[in-house]
Amino acid sequence: MPAEPADTAVSCRGLRKVYDARRRWPAGGTGAPVVAVDGLDLQIRRGECFGLLGPNGAGKTTTVEILEGILEPSSGEVELLGMSWARDEVRLRERIGVALQETRLPERLSVTEVLNLFRSFYRRARTAAAVLDDVELTEKRDAWVGKLSGGQRQRLAIACALVGEPDILFLDEPTTGLDPQSRRQLWDLVLKFRGAGGTVVLTTHYMEEAERLCDRVAIIDHGHIIKEGSPAELIRGLGAAHVIEFALEGSNAPLAEAELLALPAVTGARLSADGMCALTVSEPARALPALIALVSGRGAGLAHLETRHATLEDVFVTLTGRHLRDG
Amino acid sequence: MAETRDDAPGHPVVQLTLMRLRELRREPGTLFWVFGFPILISIALGLAFRNTGPEPVRVGVLPGVPADVTGALVAGGVKVQPLDEEAARLELRAGRVALVLVPSAGPGDATLGYRYDPMRPDARLGRAVVDGILQRAAGRRDPRPVRDDLVRERGARYIDFLIPGMIGMNLMSGSMWGIGWVLVNMRVRKLLKRLLAAPMRRRHLFYAQALARLIVIPIELAVILIFARLAFDVRLTGSVIALAVVSLTGSASFAGLAILVASRAQNSETVSGLMNLVMLPMFVLSGVFFSSAHFPAAMQPAINALPLTALCNGLRAVIIDGAGLAGIAGSLAVLAIWGAISFVVGLRVFRWG
Repeated sequence: MPAEPADTAVSCRGLRKVYDARRRWPAGGTGAPVVAVDGLDLQIRRGECFGLLGPNGAGKTTTVEILEGILEPSSGEVELLGMSWARDEVRLRERIGVALQETRLPERLSVTEVLNLFRSFYRRARTAAAVLDDVELTEKRDAWVGKLSGGQRQRLAIACALVGEPDILFLDEPTTGLDPQSRRQLWDLVLKFRGAGGTVVLTTHYMEEAERLCDRVAIIDHGHIIKEGSPAELIRGLGAAHVIEFALEGSNAPLAEAELLALPAVTGARLSADGMCALTVSEPARALPALIALVSGRGAGLAHLETRHATLEDVFVTLTGRHLRDG
Repeated sequence: MAETRDDAPGHPVVQLTLMRLRELRREPGTLFWVFGFPILISIALGLAFRNTGPEPVRVGVLPGVPADVTGALVAGGVKVQPLDEEAARLELRAGRVALVLVPSAGPGDATLGYRYDPMRPDARLGRAVVDGILQRAAGRRDPRPVRDDLVRERGARYIDFLIPGMIGMNLMSGSMWGIGWVLVNMRVRKLLKRLLAAPMRRRHLFYAQALARLIVIPIELAVILIFARLAFDVRLTGSVIALAVVSLTGSASFAGLAILVASRAQNSETVSGLMNLVMLPMFVLSGVFFSSAHFPAAMQPAINALPLTALCNGLRAVIIDGAGLAGIAGSLAVLAIWGAISFVVGLRVFRWG
C-alpha cells in the first residue's frame, strides 16, 4: 500500500460489499446477490467533517459500517489513523466514536447508567458529567432513556460515542426524524467536536445538513461516488449558482428544452413530468426578463415562479435525474 | 476536553451485569414470570392433588338388593347410593361409583351381582372391599391372622414430585427467556451492533449474562423452596451444595441452548417460536408435571437424553431422595453435554448485526 499523508484520518480503496442472498437466513433472500457498495475510494483528512450524501439505499450505511469495522468488506482496503481493522482492532476501537443509524438504548436505564456502561469499555474515558454537559443533557441525567424525546435520545447516542474522547466520530443519519430545533442542536454538537480538532464522518440525505456541516461531501448513488468536493465546489460545478423554477398555466404547447437553453445566462434546463421547469442560471437578472418575454410570447401565464440559490440537491438532480428523497 | 476519570465505572462485565439486573428489576412483568408463576402453578396443582386420607369406596345399589346387604356395607364404611338402572349406568360410566350391586335374578336365587369395569383399578379395589365386608357379614372366618402396619412416607406425595419439576421448569425458562430472548431483543434494537462498535470484548457480554443468572438463580430457588416448605411442608432432603451444583449445571446447559436458539433470529417472534419449539415438548415429555415413566419404553432413551429430564431427575434425586453428587452424576453429564455443544455451535453462528 502506498504511504499516505500523515494527516489522513480515513482512507479506503476499491471498497466493495456484496450481500449474498442465500446467506440471509432465516429472513429468506430473493436469490440474487445485492451489490451495496461498488468500488468506493475515499480520503478523509484529519479535522475535517466529511459527508456521504445520497438517497436511501445508495450504500451510505454499508460504507460507514465497513469504515467502523462492524461489517467486513467483500473486497477493498480500509485504513483509519494509519491502522487497519484486521491488525489493530483493539486500539482502533478506543479511538473512534460511533452513533449508528438507529440504536434503541436500554429503555429502563437512566442516562447516567447508560453512559457508565459505555464508559466502562474504555481504558480512558471522560466523566459522565462532562459528556452530559457537552450534549446538554445534564438535567436529564437521572431520567430513564424511555422517557427521553427523540432529540434527547440522539444526543445521548452521541454522548455514548464521545465518552472515549474519539479522534474520529461516525454519525449515520444523525438527524433523521428530528424536529428542526433538535436538528440544529445536533449540528452545534458536531461543529463543536470538529472545532476541537475532531474528524467527523457523517451520512445524510439532507442536503441542507451537508451544506451546513461538511467541509467536503461525496455524493453516492448505487454504491459508488458520483461526485466529490466541497459543497461550494459542487454547486459551482453546475456552472451557475442560481436556480429559477417555474410552471406554466394555460398553455397547451410546453416549452422545449432548446428554447430555454437559448435564453441569456441559462446554463441548464430540466423539465419534470409534473410541469415544473428548473433552470440553472448565472445571472437571474438577465435570464428572468427573457424568460417572461418567452412565456408571454406564447400567450401563457406563470402559475409558479421562484428564484433561489443552487443547492446540493440541484447537483444531485443534475447528476442523476432524480431527487435525493426519491431514493 | 481532557478530563480524567474521577468516577470510575468499574469493569465492563460489572456494568453489563448491572444493565441486565436493572432491566429485570424495573420490568414488573418479569418478576411475575420468575417468581409468581411457579408459585401459582404449585398452589393450583397442590390443591388439586392434595392428600386427604383414603377415599371411601362408593357403591351403587339397584332396587331389590336386600336391606341386610346395604346395612352391612354402611357399617363397613362404604358409601351406598340407591340408583335405578339408568342412573346406575351413568354413575358407573362417570366413575362416581366403583361398582353397582345387582339383585338376584329370581326368588329361588340368592346370588348377588357385582357390575363393574375390570379395567378400572378403583373398580377392582371396590369389588374386593365390598366382597370382604359382605362375606364376613355372612359368617366367613379368615383363617390367617394378619396385622396392618401403616406408614406415612414423606416425599411420596404428588406435591413432593411437583416442586422439583417446577424448579426445573423455572430454571429452564429463566435461562431461555432471560438469555435467549434478551439477546435477540438487543439485536433487534441494534444494541448488540452498537456494543460491538465500542471497545467491548464480545465474551464480556456472555459473562455478564451468566453472572446475572448466577445472581438471580439462588433467589428463584429460595423463593420456591421456602414457599414449598411453608405451604406444603416439602423439605430439601439432600445437601444445599448438591442442589446448587445441579441447578447451576442445568441453568448453564439451558443458557447454551438459549444462545444457540438466539444465535441468528432476527426478531422477537422468531425467537419466541423457536424457544417454544424447544421447550414445549420437554414440558410434556420430561416429567415436570407427571412421571416420564408413563411414556412407552421405546421412547425412554430419547426422553432420558433430554436436558429437562436430566435436570428434573437430578433435582428430584437431591430434593426428595437426598442424593449426593455421585448419585446425580448421570444427570450432570447429560446437562453438560447439551450445554457445551449448543454453546460452542451457538457462538460460532452468532450474528451480532
